[in-house]
Amino acid sequence: MATDTTLSVADDPTTVPPAGGDTGGGGDGPERGASLLSQSAWLTVRQLRALLRQPAYLSISLVQAVIWLPLFGSLFHKVVDVPGFGSRSYFDYLTPGVVMMSAMFSSGWSGMSMINDMTSGVMNRLLAAPARRLALIAGSLGYTAVVITIQTGIIILLGWALGAHYGPASALIVVAAILLAFVVAALSDGLALLVRQEESLIAAVNFLVLPLTFLSSAMVSKTVMPGWIRTVTRFNPVDWAVTAARSAASAHPDWATIGGHLGYLAALALVSALLAGRAFSVYRRAM
Amino acid sequence: MPRRHSPTSPTAAPPSPSAPPSPSAPPSPPSPSAPPSGPAPPSGPAATAGLAIEATGLTKTYAGGVRALDGISFAVPAGTVFGLLGPNGAGKSTTVKILTTLSRAGGGKARVAGFDVDRQAALVRRSIGLVSQASGVDPEATGRENIVLQGRLHGMRGPALAARADELLERFGLAGAADRVARTYSGGMARKLDVAIGLVQRPRVLFLDEPTTGLDPEARAEMWAEIDRLAQAGLTILLTTHYLEEADRLAAQVAIVEGGRIVAQGSPDELKSALRGDAVHLSLAAVPDAGAVSVLTAALRARAGATEVSAEGRQVHARVADGAASLPAVFAAVAEAGLVVTAATVARPSLDDVYLRHVGRRFAAGAGADPGTETREVA
Repeated sequence: MATDTTLSVADDPTTVPPAGGDTGGGGDGPERGASLLSQSAWLTVRQLRALLRQPAYLSISLVQAVIWLPLFGSLFHKVVDVPGFGSRSYFDYLTPGVVMMSAMFSSGWSGMSMINDMTSGVMNRLLAAPARRLALIAGSLGYTAVVITIQTGIIILLGWALGAHYGPASALIVVAAILLAFVVAALSDGLALLVRQEESLIAAVNFLVLPLTFLSSAMVSKTVMPGWIRTVTRFNPVDWAVTAARSAASAHPDWATIGGHLGYLAALALVSALLAGRAFSVYRRAM
Repeated sequence: MPRRHSPTSPTAAPPSPSAPPSPSAPPSPPSPSAPPSGPAPPSGPAATAGLAIEATGLTKTYAGGVRALDGISFAVPAGTVFGLLGPNGAGKSTTVKILTTLSRAGGGKARVAGFDVDRQAALVRRSIGLVSQASGVDPEATGRENIVLQGRLHGMRGPALAARADELLERFGLAGAADRVARTYSGGMARKLDVAIGLVQRPRVLFLDEPTTGLDPEARAEMWAEIDRLAQAGLTILLTTHYLEEADRLAAQVAIVEGGRIVAQGSPDELKSALRGDAVHLSLAAVPDAGAVSVLTAALRARAGATEVSAEGRQVHARVADGAASLPAVFAAVAEAGLVVTAATVARPSLDDVYLRHVGRRFAAGAGADPGTETREVA
């Protein structure tokens, strides 16, 4: 390629695509350039590449994914003996819960990448390019989907090795985990744009992940919960995901339960992603 | 020697009615001296022909009441280099952020490449390249991936994008490091990659926000050469810097920013001439006696309009409005006093003098600006 160094690239500064068809272009309206899908996909690829280049981080994440199931399994295995608990094996019960808790942890840190990008200047570079704001969020969700799929697969296999049973619709566990992760990752991204500093984001994630996990039926059956917690679980997306996943894994999936809960999750994920996209305008004002 | 780029006249880039190429069009052939021969600029509402950037009364107040911009106005003709000069915190980067749509002005208007930065942000983003102060290199991606991602966001793809990336990597001397992650790059390499990223889609206006801050002298010289090349190819460049020497050398027009306002604006030469203070240093063949000195002083004042005449031994110093042009009058004054000149030196005021005059304090010497005067031996 052009090796004439004197002026190998006499950059033609006027080369800009036709601008005629702009839709009247409200500030952050439909941006031109690559399509939303294509931009999102390449931003996902960018994050996946970065992940693969950090073997230490990758291996710690994998270890973390496999540690909870045996840990909680041995800690709580007597819990199935509590009257009314009603599961054959605690691993049958626990695996979907650990899947969702791990999904929350992984996706909760999604906003950290955003903050890293703000610190390194990459965020401004992307925002000054015709990158759609929603593509920045969708790219992050795409990455989350890949990570959660692998992580959930590992936990499911581990559960199987420890004696969990899976019914015919068990693949929906992955769907539930991804949808829950979308909600958390999008909120984490949006929060990152609002707070713009790591410490606040870490505090927020730590504040939310464990309480939301324990305010759901992830570890403990609703039948043995205090009444007020049982009420809270009805509004907790973690519980929606766990309930859907547990039903999907059972020998006789309850399609209404699964469909309903996955529907709630999908709707919430969409709202969260749109909110995160809106956070860019707050970010812009603060710049 | 400083090279300056005279403002290209608006007609230098004849609008061609031919179909504008897609962003993935092959790179234009090398044309070191030819004016940009590209297709017509986007048919945006080009309000003022020939202006690549127009800022009018920009203000910005941050949360907490910090007034970063207090009415910034300037215009940059297409194809020229414009320097925003000022200390840290003066408002340079805020101005760049507003013009590149990263930030929203509190008041005022701005157009870049003919598009309103607020209402047509998407079109502005299509037209610009940004090399921001904080860099924009993704440290976990390779140099090539950084460039290619930017191209993809601009809708480029396939072999054209790959070729463009190769071309830029080659041009910036990064071909050997193209497939290493940018975290391993030196500061100079990362900065070059920043510029390459900013150029991938062939922007019409390039924003360089303190492009050489933190670079060693060698890397800075390379960056200057690169900016020169871009300018000569006809790219419009907005350069912010706190290096006086950099603005003096690269920019056709300079605005000195202080406290969110522009305190002086013009070409570096105009700004210096406005000081009416070139220094003329004469070396005489012999030490003049007191009578000759007083005749010389009076003659210099009368003939060359000199002020601040002083003599020490064989050396005579005076300030004149335009040193080079007044040398004949100076020589005539010397002859009138019956003296003989062996050497004469004209020292133009530096931008540092300009800065001192307008900002009321000397430019931070720690900024590494060249404090020396631009000196021309004339005899």
